[in-house]
Amino acid sequence: MNDLPILSLSIWVPIVAGILVLFTGGDNNASRARWLALLGSIAGFAVTVPLYLGFDVQNGGFQFVERLQWIPAFNIQYHLGVDGIAVPLILLTSFTTFLVVLAGWEVIQKRVAQYMAAFLIMSGIMIGVFSALDAILYYIFWEAMLIPMFLVIGIWGGPNRVYATIKFFLYTLLGSLLMLVAFIYLYHQSGTFDIAEYYRMPLALSVQIWIFIAFFLAFAVKIPMWPVHTWLPDAHVEAPTGGSVVLAAIALKLGGYSFLRFAMPIAPDASHYLSGFMITLSLIAVVYIALVALVQKDMKKLIAYSSISHMGFVTLGFFLFNPLGLEGAIVQMISHGFISSAMFLSVGVLYDRMHSRQIADYGGVGNTMPVFTAFAVLFAMANAGLPGTSGFVGEFLVILGAVQVNFWYAFLAATTLIFGAAYTLWMVKRVYYGEVANPQVAELKDINRREFFILGLLAILVLGFGIYPQPITEITHATVGHLLEHMALSKLPPL
Amino acid sequence: MTVQSLYLWIPLLPLFAATVVGLFGRQLPRASAHWLTIAGVAASFALSVCVFMDALQGNVFNGAVYTWLTSGGNRFEVGFLIDRLTATMMVVVTFVSLMVHVYTIGYMAEDPGYSRFFSYISLFTFSMLMLVMSNNFMQLFFGWEAVGLVSYLLIGFWYKRPTAIYANLKAFLVNRVGDFGFLLGIGMVLYYLGSLDYAAVFSIAPQFADATVELIPGSPWSLMTVICILLFIGAMGKSAQVPLHVWLPDSMEGPTPISALIHAATMVTAGIFMVARMSPLYELSSTALSFVLVIGAITALFMGFLGIIQHDIKRVVAYSTLSQLGYMTVALGVSAYSVAIFHLMTHAFFKALLFLGAGSVIMGMHHDQDMRNMGGLRKYMPITWITSLIGSLALIGTPLFSGFYSKDSIIEAVKFSNITGSGFAYFAVLAGVFVTAFYSFRMYFLVFHGKEKWMQQADHGHDLHHAHEKHEHADDTDDSHDEHHHGLGPNDKPHESPWVVTLPLVLLAIPSVIIGYVAIDLMVFGDYFKDVIYVDHQQHGAMQELAHHFHGAGAMALHGLTSLPFILAASGVALAWFFYMKRPDIPAAIKARCGLIYRILDNKYGFDSFNEKFLAGGSRFLGDKLWQIGDVKLIDGLLVNGSARLVAHIAGLVRRLQTGLVYHYAFAMIIGAFLLLTVFMKI
Repeated sequence: MNDLPILSLSIWVPIVAGILVLFTGGDNNASRARWLALLGSIAGFAVTVPLYLGFDVQNGGFQFVERLQWIPAFNIQYHLGVDGIAVPLILLTSFTTFLVVLAGWEVIQKRVAQYMAAFLIMSGIMIGVFSALDAILYYIFWEAMLIPMFLVIGIWGGPNRVYATIKFFLYTLLGSLLMLVAFIYLYHQSGTFDIAEYYRMPLALSVQIWIFIAFFLAFAVKIPMWPVHTWLPDAHVEAPTGGSVVLAAIALKLGGYSFLRFAMPIAPDASHYLSGFMITLSLIAVVYIALVALVQKDMKKLIAYSSISHMGFVTLGFFLFNPLGLEGAIVQMISHGFISSAMFLSVGVLYDRMHSRQIADYGGVGNTMPVFTAFAVLFAMANAGLPGTSGFVGEFLVILGAVQVNFWYAFLAATTLIFGAAYTLWMVKRVYYGEVANPQVAELKDINRREFFILGLLAILVLGFGIYPQPITEITHATVGHLLEHMALSKLPPL
Repeated sequence: MTVQSLYLWIPLLPLFAATVVGLFGRQLPRASAHWLTIAGVAASFALSVCVFMDALQGNVFNGAVYTWLTSGGNRFEVGFLIDRLTATMMVVVTFVSLMVHVYTIGYMAEDPGYSRFFSYISLFTFSMLMLVMSNNFMQLFFGWEAVGLVSYLLIGFWYKRPTAIYANLKAFLVNRVGDFGFLLGIGMVLYYLGSLDYAAVFSIAPQFADATVELIPGSPWSLMTVICILLFIGAMGKSAQVPLHVWLPDSMEGPTPISALIHAATMVTAGIFMVARMSPLYELSSTALSFVLVIGAITALFMGFLGIIQHDIKRVVAYSTLSQLGYMTVALGVSAYSVAIFHLMTHAFFKALLFLGAGSVIMGMHHDQDMRNMGGLRKYMPITWITSLIGSLALIGTPLFSGFYSKDSIIEAVKFSNITGSGFAYFAVLAGVFVTAFYSFRMYFLVFHGKEKWMQQADHGHDLHHAHEKHEHADDTDDSHDEHHHGLGPNDKPHESPWVVTLPLVLLAIPSVIIGYVAIDLMVFGDYFKDVIYVDHQQHGAMQELAHHFHGAGAMALHGLTSLPFILAASGVALAWFFYMKRPDIPAAIKARCGLIYRILDNKYGFDSFNEKFLAGGSRFLGDKLWQIGDVKLIDGLLVNGSARLVAHIAGLVRRLQTGLVYHYAFAMIIGAFLLLTVFMKI
């Protein structure tokens, strides 16, 4: 279809750029490292754009496919390809990387080259996760992603970073190992690591359930779903701003995406069988976590819990098995990428100036930082799902989809309208409104041009996709239709 | 150029002005903020009048602007439905908005947030127009929440004041409770009726008149009742019906112009508009209508009582708004949709007038809002005085004034209705007339007549209006921060407001007087709303009966002079005069005697403390417990760190085996060998 291996470029351009950045050496060359990283991230974004422009929206299958033999002895291939679900996530990844590089510009003064390189390499690896069609290739990318994130939190993180990194690492690694077991089992049955082959393979229900559970543990940790979510608030609190942004905007989506790529199509009967369980966990995330978010005293923790609650909508949407729910979930993933980035960047703006994330240390920021406050209120409203912002679209569709399955699912999900607004706007009230709370707040300087540019870009995206979300859903239609058709067919072996 | 090509400009011009002023307000000269936004809303008003003229010809437009999103065979579009109901709302909204824009030049003249304020009210105009012009539920919900957003921003406009930022959060959250129901209602509409487009939904709805749903297995409920009540919960939030009314009195923390525009004339009537728009659905469920009726009646009467004991001039008008919204809701409940819209319109004019008049008084008093410090203002503020009198007369339903025609029609409609709850509602609306007249003229006499009380009160005037607000803010006592609230100095006298303030008063006073007389024949009894509002006359015959008794606007006014509502209103005015002009000692005595009733009213029936303690406090308590016990103790403490500790513990135990002494290992080997042998021998 295309002569250029666009997916390979999407993966390897940022990774190579990251390695080049590493070669700039110590902090004496910091400015060279920054510019090189910026160029790399722009190039990394540029090579992903053709994926959107060249995508055939009528085609529900894999596009931009690349296939090379890798380890013939085990029939492992370098096999890449994307569908309508992966493309928006890949663009989100390359775009977020650009933002993160820019956001760390002056903030990071220590080991600049390594910092920038970690994010560029991570970007390539995550795009690899979104485009791998070979189970082993996917697994390698999936696990490799842990390493740069581990380093980012461990080196540039906060005081309690060791606990957070170990928790993050063990949590996610434990889940993933079972996924590897599932892959090995599937390989044994089929003799291949080709994911498309797994889609066609008949499997008994009991087998499907085991496979589903193995996948579930890996992906649920990543998303994260209740009750395996407690690593996320800790990781966010300790991570530097850029780490939080990537974690929230993309890393969580790896889990969501993988449900659609593996757990659901490989084990459709088990997915149906366990859908009540999945929906229950999702609704617990929506309601329980929202209540927990309400009482957080640390801004990053609050946003972290808010992320978990919003990701509850994603998993809820998946397991409704209707187009509204599924497309809503996908839109929610993209939108959450923008909004959570914006929220964490906003906390970063404050943290860089005050070195505190405690809500109680703030108050009346609007007096000294009016422009920044306008952005913060906009993003808060988007986080609360206000129509006209992208935050609304996904929740709206998932709730509409939920009504069609069970009114009470929708009822519980819709409580986010109240609780989501409560925890977000209560924070806004305590941080931005009111009299100047203390001398530190009185001395705050409003955002500079670089910060304005980053937040402005996100604001345009948040509003743009709120007013016109069709570009996201259009690209997913065929794939979602394809997936739902596939899910409707039983994969049980003929008796 | 056809009329259709105008539609898009009507909301977009205010949006454009709001965006420019909002983004570049700091760079542009101060006056450009009001010139730009006024130009936008004035153009929008002029175009609305054109559209209105066109709609009077009977032209209806229903079409899409663009496709917002498609998903699984559902098409969500942004589009306009322009019929007479929409056109009426458009004219009312843009007219009141224009008046408020002009008024703001005077009212906010010294405010540092001048351009921000203009940007917000233009944004509001855009949102409200999107709401009323919508041809589908999705866009309706967009407008619905967007006006809520602007309301939030404007209530908290003076963001330094703790009471303001408490009130705006409260307003947003209470509205979200309503929207919660509303969104579920929209979900039900899409699922069962298959579309979110008004035309499609209304045409298919009759087929579902007898359909049932089992939300709780085993108990089938009428589908239409469920849908209508869910949608009405949204209306209860936006139109401040009991028990979701609690946000409206607190919203008075916002600057007065927006109290007039948003919290009296337009936004709060969105719920009324919505139900009238949905009349083809509501007509299918008498149960839902009864629900609407009873909620409206409770609001109409019991919120009126609260107006009696307020000292803050804006709060009196706020409770009066609540009560009048109750009247509109009552009209909806008895299927008198056209009367509800009619009252919405007349109320928009006279209530905006009353609010702006109150604002003018507040300006004259140098931002003192406590009526106990006023009195005798008619000498100092003649235009404000006359226009406020006109507004009050219209509000209490004096024959020939606009409020008379709309309110009397509601009362009559309730009388003729036989739907469940109409008996109670009839009592409530009648009693409400008396209460309305009493508190309106209590305010009028306290402010414009009697002794000039600002002389003796001047030193501590401005902190009184905070005194009766029982917000749970520890830091609620300071008002040193707002330089706006200083009240009159010892040598100051109240003064009439500048022309930008009085001109809107005069322009609003005109329709407050005449619009009822002019419009009743056409709007309520003519075929004005034919094909727009649907009434099932077989089931709900009140409107037909009402039309039967109508013999022209003049005759109605004449008959009104001898009717029960007028007598009640007149006695209310008389009592207010007697209590507050003649014998000011009596109210104090009553207050002392009836301590319990006073306390109930003073606590606003306890809604606020209940919400604060149980709902807000309960959520925080639950959240805290879920966090501390669920996340921290159980998941992290027991499972995550617990398993880590377990591993460490076992490792600690196992480690002891590694003693490093050869005879220990040798001993273990021998035991092991014996055991293995035993096992293998048996096999």
